[in-house]
Amino acid sequence: MASAREMRLRIQSVKNIAQVTRALEAVSASKVRKAVEQVENTRPYANKAWQVLRHVAGQPGRSTLHPLLTERTEVKNTLVLLISSDRGLAGAYNTNIIRFNMQNFKNYNTPTQYITVGRKGRDLLMRRGGNVVAEFSDLPAAPSFMDVSSIGHLAVEEFLKGNVDEVYLVYTDYVSMAKQEPVIKKLLPLELDDSDDLVQEYGEQQKIAAAYIYEPDAEEILNEIIPRFTALQVYQATLESLASEHAARMVAMRNATDNAHELVGALQLDYNKVRQQSITGDILDIAGGAEALAQSER
Amino acid sequence: MPIRCEIVSQDKTLYEGDVDIVVIPGTSGVMGILPNHAPLLTTLNFGVVQVRKGGDEENFTVAGGVAEIQPNIVTVLADRAENVEDIDISRAEAAQQRAKEYMEKGPPPDSDRYLAMSAALHRSNLRLDAVRRYRKGKKQATRQTEE
Repeated sequence: MASAREMRLRIQSVKNIAQVTRALEAVSASKVRKAVEQVENTRPYANKAWQVLRHVAGQPGRSTLHPLLTERTEVKNTLVLLISSDRGLAGAYNTNIIRFNMQNFKNYNTPTQYITVGRKGRDLLMRRGGNVVAEFSDLPAAPSFMDVSSIGHLAVEEFLKGNVDEVYLVYTDYVSMAKQEPVIKKLLPLELDDSDDLVQEYGEQQKIAAAYIYEPDAEEILNEIIPRFTALQVYQATLESLASEHAARMVAMRNATDNAHELVGALQLDYNKVRQQSITGDILDIAGGAEALAQSER
Repeated sequence: MPIRCEIVSQDKTLYEGDVDIVVIPGTSGVMGILPNHAPLLTTLNFGVVQVRKGGDEENFTVAGGVAEIQPNIVTVLADRAENVEDIDISRAEAAQQRAKEYMEKGPPPDSDRYLAMSAALHRSNLRLDAVRRYRKGKKQATRQTEE
């Protein structure tokens, strides 16, 4: 067993760590509150915008409507927008999103390019041999739409230029403080999945098959809203990811603090034992000495 | 049969409910949307969205955006929107004043700042106008005379 002195030092250092992690937890707790607020404020708009996009895409004759809605017959290149964090110490947050991404694209039959948001995601992807063509990091703590819209526009541009034939968005959806889920969304061309989960909100909404009337005219309005709403999805995904990151970090740091406290408890017990033993030893020595002295005097 | 109306701005949901008629300021003119309207997609002008239900009326200023109309739902996605009852008059006036002063200095008319300021002026004019016209307590619903 280590000496009492060594153990004392160890206990102190673990206590220091606990202090640091607790501070980090407090910081994340306040950040997560802000991030969640922002996410929840913008969520209705983003959801509605997504709904509108899907209604537009669900019309008959969508393929001739707008190039961004047109399914390409041959998919040669795939672009993935992957959103992660700049900083670590967030538990399994970054690993989860990368692993999720790898599961989806490991055996994908077309070459995949990545645009990453966040340094950690970029590093992890490159280590695994991902082809990262662009990266955005150091986003402000509370990004505005302007900060993020360029990412979405870049994806739209790449798609329109024909450099890529489909665009996916991979991010972490903030469900609750304890639960964050990696999700994948097909951004371009818009896909209509059959599980129409959004339709319930409409109540007894009948399936629409009729084409829209456009004002002013179809081209103008579609040119405006499709790229914009696509960028908006990226923005919302960024906010969701940010909230998830802070939540994950907060939970990770709380666990770390708890573990440190537990460790301190165990170490303290050992230390006390060692200390007690050395005192017992000392007393035995003194008692033995006194006994010997007494006997020699007799 | 009522029509459902949802008004959301980029940072919050302003209105959700079943109503009799929704009046929206489309780019090519103001239109009143009744239930069973044909599907329609329009961009929005600066103006006032009115929502009427029975004798009640609620007014929202919107500064651009998009509206999607389905037979039984109107979704207004506004770039910025406010309930007329919630508009802070003194703030709007201050903003108007600030914008006017800036415009009078005659800055280069194509700079971003100029455009932002002229949009701000436009918005505060709209707000003040809307307050003057529509905020009289909820009882007397003024007839809409938006251009």
